[in-house]
Order: sequence, then structure tokens, then C-alpha cells
Amino acid sequence: MGTALSVLHVRVWRGTESGEYQEFQVPRLESQTVLDVVTHIQRKLDPTLSYRFACRVGMCGSCAMTVNGKARWTCRTHVASVSDEERLEIGPLRNLPVIKDLVTDMAPFFDKWAAAKGQFRGSATRNDDFARVSPESRQRRLVDESIECIGCGVCYSSCDVVTWKPDYLGPAALTRAWTLVNDVRDVDQRERLTAVAGDAGCHACHTQMTCTERCPKKLSPTAGIAGLKRAVLSAALKGEI
Amino acid sequence: MRNDFRARNHPAYWAFAVHRVSGVLLTVFLPLHFWALAQALQGEARLESFLRWTDQPLVKIAEVGLVVLLAAHMAGGVRLLMLEFLAWREWQKTLIAVATALSLAFGLAFLLNLL
Repeated sequence: MGTALSVLHVRVWRGTESGEYQEFQVPRLESQTVLDVVTHIQRKLDPTLSYRFACRVGMCGSCAMTVNGKARWTCRTHVASVSDEERLEIGPLRNLPVIKDLVTDMAPFFDKWAAAKGQFRGSATRNDDFARVSPESRQRRLVDESIECIGCGVCYSSCDVVTWKPDYLGPAALTRAWTLVNDVRDVDQRERLTAVAGDAGCHACHTQMTCTERCPKKLSPTAGIAGLKRAVLSAALKGEI
Repeated sequence: MRNDFRARNHPAYWAFAVHRVSGVLLTVFLPLHFWALAQALQGEARLESFLRWTDQPLVKIAEVGLVVLLAAHMAGGVRLLMLEFLAWREWQKTLIAVATALSLAFGLAFLLNLL
């Protein structure tokens, strides 16, 4: 641990859906991340603080929280880039049930991936040769644009449509559906388009683009949702769904 | 828990808000517009007296606001169509700027025509 540069004033959410922010003072260190701050509080100041993390390097998607009002992956968010005059407000993700402190129940989030037919189903067996998909093909390139999702829930937490319409599948589940719509090996295309065409599907998006603004992987769920809208329209015109 | 203003303060959200508010205000205006047209059914004089009332400077200025609302709603709609039907990535924010500039240009053109 390095030498403290100054003191950070950190307000951390304590409780469940109801609760309050508790203030802590944390030594400000060089190159400090928001996750470092939360870890310091739990290990040095109050061991009862609950939060979630695993990889610490932006791969697992488990440490997302609301930092100064915006959803962020805390392990890759430097305090320097978000603190407002050495002040931080750290809360749980929005639009998800709060289990305790900074931990949300991610079940509704992932249930929607399933509802959007986010599972791959191919037709090949283990006796078949590898499917050959050219990296240059149009569809494979479209998959590339959204395949890097780490399932952190930042987009879902940021989306007003999810708040206003709790059934809405949300940016992450629809992005997952979009990668599979472009997967030429998948055989559930009709079911998937039907799943995302309903009231709670892609047409509910208001193009506020907060998902695209906040995605830590710089993906654009808005682009995927626009793609789904076109795919649904085309399938409907052909009488397929 | 819900998001507050801090989560919403970015250009695309403002574009959404302007599109929504202009749409609602235009919807509110539409019955007034139809009422004005309906004056013609009461005879030429009724319509004429109403049209003379609209010549007041304050009403004219209000019309500039109306033109800006119409232009903003149209430009916002074109932006949405472009986002949904064209290939785009990096220029999404340019689209917002273009939509804003277009709507203000329409308003200014109308204002200059009045003066």
C-alpha cells in the first residue's frame, strides 16, 4: 500500500431496498480504483459491508455498482476519473432487487437472457465436421460487434425503459439475442425473433442510448436492438413470425 | 432503486427528451389548430377576425416556437429512422448535432421571414 495523497469522503449504501448512505473516510491513493475503495472499507473499516467482485480485471462482470449516479464496472474505474472533489457516492445497481448493501439479485437480469432465447442451439452432432464460418462474412462481423458482453448489468441498470416497464427484456438480453440472430449455425431463429418481437421486446426501446453511453466494453446495445427491429420487420413481412 | 438525473445527462438522452416533449406539445397544439380551421365553417368574417388576432407580435413570436417544435420533432424523427435503418456507429452524436442544427435553422429562417 502506498502513501495516502489525501482523504476520500465516501458515501456507501447500507441496507436493502430501504436504507441509507453511510459515510466513510478512505485514504486517497495513486491509481486507486473504486473497487479498491470498497475493499478498503470492508477490510479496514467495516467488515459487515457486502459487495461482489471476482476477477478485478474487467472480465467477469460481477463488480458493477452505481458510482456518483452512474453505473460502472468498479474494478476498471479509477477514482480520478469519477470523484467529484474527492467525494464518491457508491450504491448498488439500479433496476435490480437489492439483497444487501452493494449486492443486487442478478436473477431477473439473467432470466431475461433466457426469455430472449439467449441459448445457442445448433443442429450438428459430435460426429459432424466443424462449422465453417468465414470471419469476413457480413453476419460474423455483426456478431463481432456485440459478442464481448461480460454480463455486468451496467446497461440494464442504466436503462429507463427497464424502470418504466419492468417486463422489458433490456439491452443485454437483446444484445445476446442479436448475436444469435447472426449465428448461421443456430436453428432457433423463428422462436428467437418471436421472443424479442413482443411488447417487452426490441420495439419497447426508446433509443435513449444510455446503455451505449455506459457499456464498459464500448458495445452498442442500441445498434443490436435496431438490428433486431429490422430482422423482426423483415420476418413479419415474409410471414415467418 | 431508480436512476436520477446524473445517469440521464448525456446527448442521446437529451435528444430523446426533446423529441418526446416536442411531440407532446404538438399534440396539445393540434386541437387548437383544428379549432382555428373550424372558424371557416362559421363564415368568412369569423375566420378573418381570428387571423387578424394572430397578427399580434406576441402570437407571431409564439409561432416561431411552434416552428422550432415542429422542426425539432421532424429532425429527431429523421435521426431515429437513420439510427434504425442505416449502418452507423461513430456518428450517432453527429446525428444529434445535425438534428439540433436543422431544427434551429428552420426556426431562425421563420423568424427572419417575419421581421
